[in-house]
Amino acid sequence: MHVGLEHYLIVSAALFCLGVLGVILRRNLIVIYMSLELMLNAANLALVAFSRFNNTLDGQIMVFFIITVAAAEVAVGLALIVALYRKRQTAHVEDLTTMKL
Amino acid sequence: MPLPDIFFYLFAALTLLCGLLVVANPFSRNPVTSAMFLVLTIISMAGLFVLLHAFFLAAVQVLVYAGAVIVLFLFVIMLLDLKEEQRRKFKMFGVVAGLISVGALGALMVKTIWSSGLGQGLNPQVEGATKPLGKMLFTQYLLPFEIVSILLLVAMVGVILLSKKDLK
Repeated sequence: MHVGLEHYLIVSAALFCLGVLGVILRRNLIVIYMSLELMLNAANLALVAFSRFNNTLDGQIMVFFIITVAAAEVAVGLALIVALYRKRQTAHVEDLTTMKL
Repeated sequence: MPLPDIFFYLFAALTLLCGLLVVANPFSRNPVTSAMFLVLTIISMAGLFVLLHAFFLAAVQVLVYAGAVIVLFLFVIMLLDLKEEQRRKFKMFGVVAGLISVGALGALMVKTIWSSGLGQGLNPQVEGATKPLGKMLFTQYLLPFEIVSILLLVAMVGVILLSKKDLK
């Protein structure tokens, strides 16, 4: 069967599901962050596919912005993780129970 | 089967396999292994971008993600010296509930995409070369572009503030 828009969208959906699975399953903050990156990448793939098959470049501009925002987000997030590690000596979500009643 | 289709299946399989190994690697729970498989995922996604004729974005993907973001991840992993991850067990209930909910989400999305017939009769012609993208970025999307530059500045200031020794 000829590869069309649906094929790319299904790859993107599967990648997004993998990212969600990582956020749910893993307990390490850094790996959770990597799963967030997977989800952002899935969105990027869907946008590029739509852009290609609808003959407009707007989707690719959007992906450009998403990549920039993701880079900024990773920098801030990892700085937060490092600050947290300095205070609590852990990067494990199960040890972060300050807000637990 | 034409050659681009073969490459599509190759890169898609590689992307999904490496993505799975980022999330759930049966052999290692080390975050460094996850980061390395994330690099492979991103590079095979750049391959998919090339197949979609988004050449500029493929280059940016490799430069920014594989080059900058992953290096940042590895730096932080090195800084934190995580060894505890190996010992902890997955909770059975969490694993089962997570797999069921994500499976349901995935099945819903795949079914919706497959039955919608979105790609029927489309004739892709657009080329994501650098010149048209740059032209659009500096005319139609000039304001968002400038806002993103301010966002990067804010992120930089925030990171410097957060990584100070005595956080007040």
